[in-house]
Amino acid sequence: MSELGAGTIYTETVVYSPPEAYVNDVPYQLAIVELGAGRRVTGRIDGERVQIGDRVQFAEYRNNVPFFIKQS
Amino acid sequence: MRPVAVAGIGKTAFGAFPDRDLRSLAVEAGQKALENGHANASQVEAFYLGNFAGPSFTGQNHLAPYISTALGITGVPATRFEAACASSGSAFFHAVSAVAAGLYDIVLVTGVEKMTSQPTPKVTEILAGAGDGCGEVRAGATFPALFAMIARRHMYQYGTTREQLAAVAVKNHQNGAKNPLAHMRKVITMEQAMKGKMIAEPLTVYDCSLISDGAAAVLIMPLERASEFTDKPVRVLGIAQTSDHVALDEKDDITTFRAVKTSAAKAYKMAGVQASDIQFAEVHDCFTIAEIIAIEDLGFVPKGEGGPFSLAGGTCLQGERPVNASGGLKSKGHPVGATGTGQICDVVEQIRGQAGERQVKRNSLGLAQNLGGSGATSVITILGAA
Repeated sequence: MSELGAGTIYTETVVYSPPEAYVNDVPYQLAIVELGAGRRVTGRIDGERVQIGDRVQFAEYRNNVPFFIKQS
Repeated sequence: MRPVAVAGIGKTAFGAFPDRDLRSLAVEAGQKALENGHANASQVEAFYLGNFAGPSFTGQNHLAPYISTALGITGVPATRFEAACASSGSAFFHAVSAVAAGLYDIVLVTGVEKMTSQPTPKVTEILAGAGDGCGEVRAGATFPALFAMIARRHMYQYGTTREQLAAVAVKNHQNGAKNPLAHMRKVITMEQAMKGKMIAEPLTVYDCSLISDGAAAVLIMPLERASEFTDKPVRVLGIAQTSDHVALDEKDDITTFRAVKTSAAKAYKMAGVQASDIQFAEVHDCFTIAEIIAIEDLGFVPKGEGGPFSLAGGTCLQGERPVNASGGLKSKGHPVGATGTGQICDVVEQIRGQAGERQVKRNSLGLAQNLGGSGATSVITILGAA
């Protein structure tokens, strides 16, 4: 698994009605992150909520899911 | 290619029916379509089934012969088509293609889904199977979440508002309240729609279609034979199915569905019509934002104008271009695999002038738009008086 580096929020949502596997996680923020060169990835946001256009930094993979945090 | 006509339609009510199983719903719709088209099961030369997730929802597989034989249709091809929420639209497309090519004359297409026997988190998980399981779904995307992200981006790029989304829900509930077979025959107010329980920001429960049981069936044949069966044939003037990436993060622009645009262009060309000629439409409002994008992608309004047009009443029953006179997936209900054929039935009823209180005035040229997943499959059908 590679480091994804920094990116920009292309779109996001906060999920309140989860699939069975994530009933204990709600509410959680999901986002599509633009990583540059036309590459996008769908991941989760840890900590502070983000909006379209915000810069985020890759934090870690948990169960193969990339987690990002807002850049201060 | 031979011209193809719809000779019979049949629908069950859409709703939550704890006492009905998948097969009994499909058989009811199929029998109604045969009766409506004055045909016998023994005349049917092929059976096309649209069903998204019968095996996951009910445990039953091998569904097409399971249903066709219960209808008395035996010894002919019986095949299930799966294309997420466009399953029965796809079954219909392939059935029309086979009749047009001369492979068969009399064909029955049935769509069915039985969803309400599972709790909501399980239904949410099964539906998410239509997304990318190695990417977005693993990260926690549900279908409401995917369309919520689409809505956020549409709002960002075009200034679409919560109020414009709510206007779609209010209008579809107004129409659905007039539909005796609709799941939720209830008028809602703008205030209710705006303040509903949050599902995935910015979509509330009133932006989401319903989890329903139901079935809908269509009997088709070559136009030249339709007069043997019905005095109200409706002609398939244009039809197309196209595809795109499954994962939302693989699409260049998520505020438009490329497959809808490409399938609409093909269907318009086949029918020899333009977007401006279409008088009314049943579109795939799995979420309110999907109806706004649909009317843009179909070319009814310029890009970005879907929200303002909806809020101004352009898509109301008495509006410039009625959309989802049936109540749409929002109020009529969304038994996923039955939605495509259900839309065909609703457009046919309008063209025949049999839509009762929800009859549109200009009814000679209608369109059905059936979407699979977050736009990976699109089926467009243009129907007109024969």
